[in-house]
Amino acid sequence: MRKKMKQALEQMEPVSLPALSRVAICGGTHGNEMSGVYLVRELQRQKLEKAGSATLTTVISNPRAVQVCKRYTDMDLNRCFTDAILSSPVTVATPYEVRRAQELNTLLGPKGKLGAVDLVCDLHNTTANMGLSLISYSVQDWVIMHIYRQVQRKITSAPVRFILLDLPLADVYSQDSLGKHGFSIEVGPQPHGVVRADIFNLMKEAVDQTLDWVQCFNSGSAFEGGEVDDVYTFVKSVYYPRDPETNQITAAIHPQVQDRDFCLLHPGDPMFLMFSGEIVKYEGEEVLHPFFVNECAYYEKSIAFHLARKMTVTIPPLQVKRD
Amino acid sequence: NTNVSCFHEARRVAIFGGTHGNEMSGVTLVNLWIQNGKEIHRKGVETKPFITNPRAVEKCTRYVDTDLNRAFTTENLSAPSGDDLPYEVQRAQQINEIFGPKGSPEAYDVIFDLHNTTSNMGCTLILESSKDHFNLQMMHYIKKAIAPDSCPVLLTEHPLLKYSTSRSVAKHPIGLEVGPQPQGVLRSNIFESMRVVLKHALDFIELFNEGLEFPPCTVDVFRVSEKMDYPRDTNGNIIAMVHPNLQDCDWEPLNPGDPMFQTFDGTTLRYEGAGTVYPTFINEAAYYEKQQAFVTTRRETLAAGAIKKT
Repeated sequence: MRKKMKQALEQMEPVSLPALSRVAICGGTHGNEMSGVYLVRELQRQKLEKAGSATLTTVISNPRAVQVCKRYTDMDLNRCFTDAILSSPVTVATPYEVRRAQELNTLLGPKGKLGAVDLVCDLHNTTANMGLSLISYSVQDWVIMHIYRQVQRKITSAPVRFILLDLPLADVYSQDSLGKHGFSIEVGPQPHGVVRADIFNLMKEAVDQTLDWVQCFNSGSAFEGGEVDDVYTFVKSVYYPRDPETNQITAAIHPQVQDRDFCLLHPGDPMFLMFSGEIVKYEGEEVLHPFFVNECAYYEKSIAFHLARKMTVTIPPLQVKRD
Repeated sequence: NTNVSCFHEARRVAIFGGTHGNEMSGVTLVNLWIQNGKEIHRKGVETKPFITNPRAVEKCTRYVDTDLNRAFTTENLSAPSGDDLPYEVQRAQQINEIFGPKGSPEAYDVIFDLHNTTSNMGCTLILESSKDHFNLQMMHYIKKAIAPDSCPVLLTEHPLLKYSTSRSVAKHPIGLEVGPQPQGVLRSNIFESMRVVLKHALDFIELFNEGLEFPPCTVDVFRVSEKMDYPRDTNGNIIAMVHPNLQDCDWEPLNPGDPMFQTFDGTTLRYEGAGTVYPTFINEAAYYEKQQAFVTTRRETLAAGAIKKT
């Protein structure tokens, strides 16, 4: 009896949403994250322009950064998609990536408006041992949550998780916010500037499952509701310890945290191993989960890793809206 | 064989970090030791930690104008100095002045050059000459001290593939290549392994300087053989990746017929050499622009005669 009641409570009202007729796959948003660069080029070589009834657009988002195999030329493109930056006036001093963000907004957006593409899927790599992570800014976008559930069910070669960066749409700075629905696929570990076959194949599987879901959705499949787990919400960042006089970093991430993204970090657990041999421990009160552990690009912000809370999300049944 | 080669005491030793500005173990270790050199101090030895490419270190990039670790050619070192020269060539000339001149009796006795690689090479020691008995004895000592962990020795003596390194300024150049580690990233385990290898190397020098005689020994090495590029299309674009079966398999045998590359649409390309080779530097980030997916090596055993100080 209790089990039935629980199921009834968990069963949300079915939702119907418009078909996804325009889908965009973006690679090279960071010019040295190679899986996405090569995957987009391969999709373009194969002239893949449709996924069932949906049209497919493939974009190399930051061609100048790709050309020099660097994350960015002037500033991080994937921080340029807030409403404020997208609407800022362009002058001689405007960084390349701001101009490019505005171009992409014209191509894939306008962000927040009816003319925007239906789904943006942005491809990224990380030096952190994060397996396959889907990242988005809402856990109430049922399209995204159902895609996550399919990817998690179908892919068994690596752990699959969802990361939520909870922000109001206007403040969302990432490219995936250009579409009516959007998310990033983040695969690691891979050094920047390198393409590993296993990581490429994993990203390709995730993209294939996404496009498969889109086709099924558009052709009328009913997706049942239920629970998705392994959902992680960003709580805070942890910074490298520095020498107060020289400002040099004085420790490396402790071997017990390194490569252990999404494991548990308890109060008192080691976090950093100082070059002098001492251990710096986690002194928070809440048990949290580290992720983006030792991501190369975050050194310039002095971030060693982020911490997240783990949760489960209930999703409703979903079907395409019939006209 | 009762022949003992005598070498002068190794009194001047340098430790180079940041030859590539984004290879973080060496940068971090050298900066640490510049601030406090206690750990690298050895009786009777002047051990000088030194950042070779400070501008590249500041930008956390491999190099600014040109690869410093290819810049120590005779041509570059003898060129008239000037601000119009690429930054790294100017730097090579300065380093040659401080630690060389290369090939002269005034040159430093030993230079350790600290590097990282994205390849799964473990703690690799790089040897430039098969006839350097001092270096061979040092590497034998290090390998024994590290055991059961392994310390492969890569011999770069090759008419075409040998390159002019920053360490080549010294009488006894030793490269330390530790991986896998992404560029721009500092991993604790990689950092600590490099630190341990250096400790043993300096212990050897101290023992040698105290008069200890090292008996004849043999050292198993991997001699560099051939550079293998990625398959490319007519426009020069890479069309395949290192195969999952080869990725991370540095120092393991690659036999004719074994998978080597995988195209982006899933086809396997196989190794078609005449015999078994031992690949290394597999999928090193910096070598994409040098047209190298990996380098093949062949196993060899080198003999080192007994050595002691003069």
